[in-house]
Amino acid sequence: MTAPVGLPRTTPRFSSTFDTYSISEIQRAAATGIYDIRGGGAKRKVPHFDDLLFLGASISRYPLEGYREKCGTNVVLGSRFAKKPIEIKIPVTIAGMSFGALSGPAKEALGRGASAMGTTTTTGDGGMTPEEREHSQTLVYQVLPSRYGMNPDDLRKADAIEVVVGQGAKPGGGGMLLGQKITERVAGMRTLPPGIDQRSACRHPDWTGPDDLEIKIEELREITDWEKPIYVKVGASRPYYDTALSVKAGADVVVLDGMQGGTAATQEVFIENVGLPILSAIRPAVQALQDLGMHRKVQLIVSGGIRNGADVAKALALGADAVAIGTAALIALGDNDPRLEDEYRKLGTTAGAYDDWHEGRDPAGITTQDEALASRLDPVIAGRKLANYLAVLTLEAQTIARACGKSHVHNLEPEDLVALTVESAAMAQVPLAGTNWIPGKPQF
Amino acid sequence: MSTVDLANTPLRELNAALHKLNGQTNDTHWEVRNPLGKHAVAVGVDAPVTIEIDGHVGYYCGGMNKQARIVIDGNAGVGVGENMMSGEIHIKGDASQAAGATGRGGLLIIDGNASARCGISMKGIDILVKGSIGPMSAFMAQAGNLVVLGDAGEALGDSIYEARLFVRGKVKSLGADCIEKTPTAEERDMLAAILKRGGCESISPDEFRLYGSARKLYNFHIDNVSSY
Amino acid sequence: MCGIVGLFLKSRMLEPQLGAMLSQMLGVMTDRGPDSAGFAVYGAGDGSHIKLTLRSNLGNDIDTIADEISADIGGPLASSKRGSHIVLTTPKSIEQKVRDWLAANRADVRVVGAGSRMELYKEVGLPSDVAERFALKDMAGTHGIGHTRMATESAVTTDGAHPFSTGVDQCLVHNGSLSNHNGVRRNLQRDGLTFQTENDTEVAAAYLTWRLRQGMDLNTALEACLSDLDGFYTFVVGTESGFAVLRDPIACKPAVMAETDDYVAFGTEYRALVGLPGVEQARVFEPEPAKVYVWERH
Repeated sequence: MTAPVGLPRTTPRFSSTFDTYSISEIQRAAATGIYDIRGGGAKRKVPHFDDLLFLGASISRYPLEGYREKCGTNVVLGSRFAKKPIEIKIPVTIAGMSFGALSGPAKEALGRGASAMGTTTTTGDGGMTPEEREHSQTLVYQVLPSRYGMNPDDLRKADAIEVVVGQGAKPGGGGMLLGQKITERVAGMRTLPPGIDQRSACRHPDWTGPDDLEIKIEELREITDWEKPIYVKVGASRPYYDTALSVKAGADVVVLDGMQGGTAATQEVFIENVGLPILSAIRPAVQALQDLGMHRKVQLIVSGGIRNGADVAKALALGADAVAIGTAALIALGDNDPRLEDEYRKLGTTAGAYDDWHEGRDPAGITTQDEALASRLDPVIAGRKLANYLAVLTLEAQTIARACGKSHVHNLEPEDLVALTVESAAMAQVPLAGTNWIPGKPQF
Repeated sequence: MSTVDLANTPLRELNAALHKLNGQTNDTHWEVRNPLGKHAVAVGVDAPVTIEIDGHVGYYCGGMNKQARIVIDGNAGVGVGENMMSGEIHIKGDASQAAGATGRGGLLIIDGNASARCGISMKGIDILVKGSIGPMSAFMAQAGNLVVLGDAGEALGDSIYEARLFVRGKVKSLGADCIEKTPTAEERDMLAAILKRGGCESISPDEFRLYGSARKLYNFHIDNVSSY
Repeated sequence: MCGIVGLFLKSRMLEPQLGAMLSQMLGVMTDRGPDSAGFAVYGAGDGSHIKLTLRSNLGNDIDTIADEISADIGGPLASSKRGSHIVLTTPKSIEQKVRDWLAANRADVRVVGAGSRMELYKEVGLPSDVAERFALKDMAGTHGIGHTRMATESAVTTDGAHPFSTGVDQCLVHNGSLSNHNGVRRNLQRDGLTFQTENDTEVAAAYLTWRLRQGMDLNTALEACLSDLDGFYTFVVGTESGFAVLRDPIACKPAVMAETDDYVAFGTEYRALVGLPGVEQARVFEPEPAKVYVWERH
């Protein structure tokens, strides 16, 4: 009500429901008639590894000294069926990201950094580029619903094959690349007219369901003479069943991507509202492997919001064999660098919040196809930065593992962890700190 | 001539032997007996050889074929010739779903009928079906030619990009953004060439109607919302 | 996720071989469904008796159950044993008494199927082993359906195996994955139907039973599936006189049929049909999406 002059007024109050973001989004939708598209993974706060803590050495447990008392970090992937399993030196791999979503220099940088640290990179929804194969010592080749660029020569050049059922940002969604990033080269690789908005299938064209996936995996093995590990990648949704079915379909490795996992582009509502936080997906997946007697025989790689060596160690403690990083790798290369703040402002955003990767105007030259912008990224320097970051992730994980008395990071186990919240305790199936209570489990 | 009897020989041995072949091989004629509906027969071949399969095959026969000429004297299961790169696959019987899926080159000939999703996501392959094709064929077909002497089922060419669909018989219904087009002289010649390669030179290209993309879904437009 | 086989005989001459033909078809589908297998056969029977196929879900002995029941409620009841299952042939007039006795005295015994002519067998294990245990190849009948299962969202148990029977002489097998079965189950429960499992297939079977109970014929009931059930499905259905096939409108899961003057056969893959007599001359086709196919005996 309008108060007479001089009387106090209430403070303006924002609505928690109709907050500034929601209001701006409704206004944008009303103006354009199309959903909001962006890159990256879920940004909202969900239970994550921050809610877990390690129980370091004490009187009953003894730590390892650094350096001489080794803490092993190597992982063998594909021991189940492949004639040539892969051995990575660190338990961190680079997740699938396409040339198209990323610039050529960015893909090269990822290859350089990963190779320097003895781990793998993964192709994405556009197929394999020669540069990528050249710069990645060990390369995983994705088989996606779109099959852009798919061919048997690249299948055979790869070191492993990853059948993509889905990804954490959009379980149930297909790839998306908008016209501004469909350059001549990208269009050529994807057999599309340049400049159009790529529509992508969300299901594979020639199989649906685990019974037919099994036959598809058999075909891929036959084409590659059973040499290469075959991964199955799923977005975290029904992790127990998805993992069990991947095993039954014949996978060597299961890749599980939580909702924090990034995408090059999809609808904002899809990213934020579909899929599970990775924390809630790992234990069911491991349980499925254990129930089938396949834990450590079919390897589990988890991704979605891995940021530091503590996240790596926690994922391994919960039963994963390795982790994959996507968003973090791009940040290591230079994505969302505060030094580019002026440019971000011009794009209507700010360093740390930039996620309009689909527009292809990335000032860091990473998620763009614009040659001028892409040339800003020096792949040698960026590769070095990635290698540094991977080294730090590994050292941090080792530090924590040693403090827990482990001579190999794979010896980390759920009993090394406690949780700070009831939700994270229930999701990770570890006790609330200071108690022996795991919500949902009978007391022991 | 090499003969392999899949009743006695593991499939792995057949495919491994085929993968050892290259352009210089003298072993250019293969006969495969008793496929008995096995999957992944003669996949990933990359050599200018002829492989005659005497019987019915399961899924993905001739998958990712390069250069080879594969003849199936029987029916083929799901995904025959999937992602074919070049060469020729000739099925004397019928083909099940997703025949020629994501194929990038070469010629797939089906003497009988193909079922649903024939040519799904095709990327340059030529497919000639002498019978009819099932529903949802040429879904998201990006490039190449699908030629059908018989009829086509529901939702032909849904979400099609630049592939060309020539149908001589009736089309039950067209998918989103797929319309009838008038063939250019060049397209007519393309069709004639495919008919000739498939042993159908007696059939006139003028008996076919051409279907292709209206290109309205190439960039998102609020007015096309009902298509999604 | 699974393999389905089905056979409906038009020719009486083939009836003694129904089981042998189905057994061969089932074995071929092992790769698609190694977890468990089951089949239903429509064999001999008459209008005054009901055949109850029984199984103990704790693996307890049921060999003498016919005698035990007769001793209490009168009889005699005929029974025949196949593997771990028993078929109890009871006069219709005392069927309910038999069921009540079982509920009161042997809570571990499930009635897997009931019908004037239908016998239903299912178990965990490889399809060819399961067929062997139940001596399917010796069975005769007019039609039958079989299923090999790869469990998706539920555990591998015998209860979860197909076929599901939710009505007299009715059974259903399914390849695919329904997406709204939980809601449909709740609606059916409100209307008095009961469920043994969390399985989506059981919901589909119960839905059909419900529609048939409302007086719809098989054709109309299956048409109703198209509006009320969501997801990806291929159903093969058996009733006392009928054999039906339905695929959802998107029809991603494979399905092949072969028809001659003597039979109609269904297989998830063509290779399941390859051993059938005269299949080379058969009309081989893949059922259209969203189209009900029904064959009835006259």
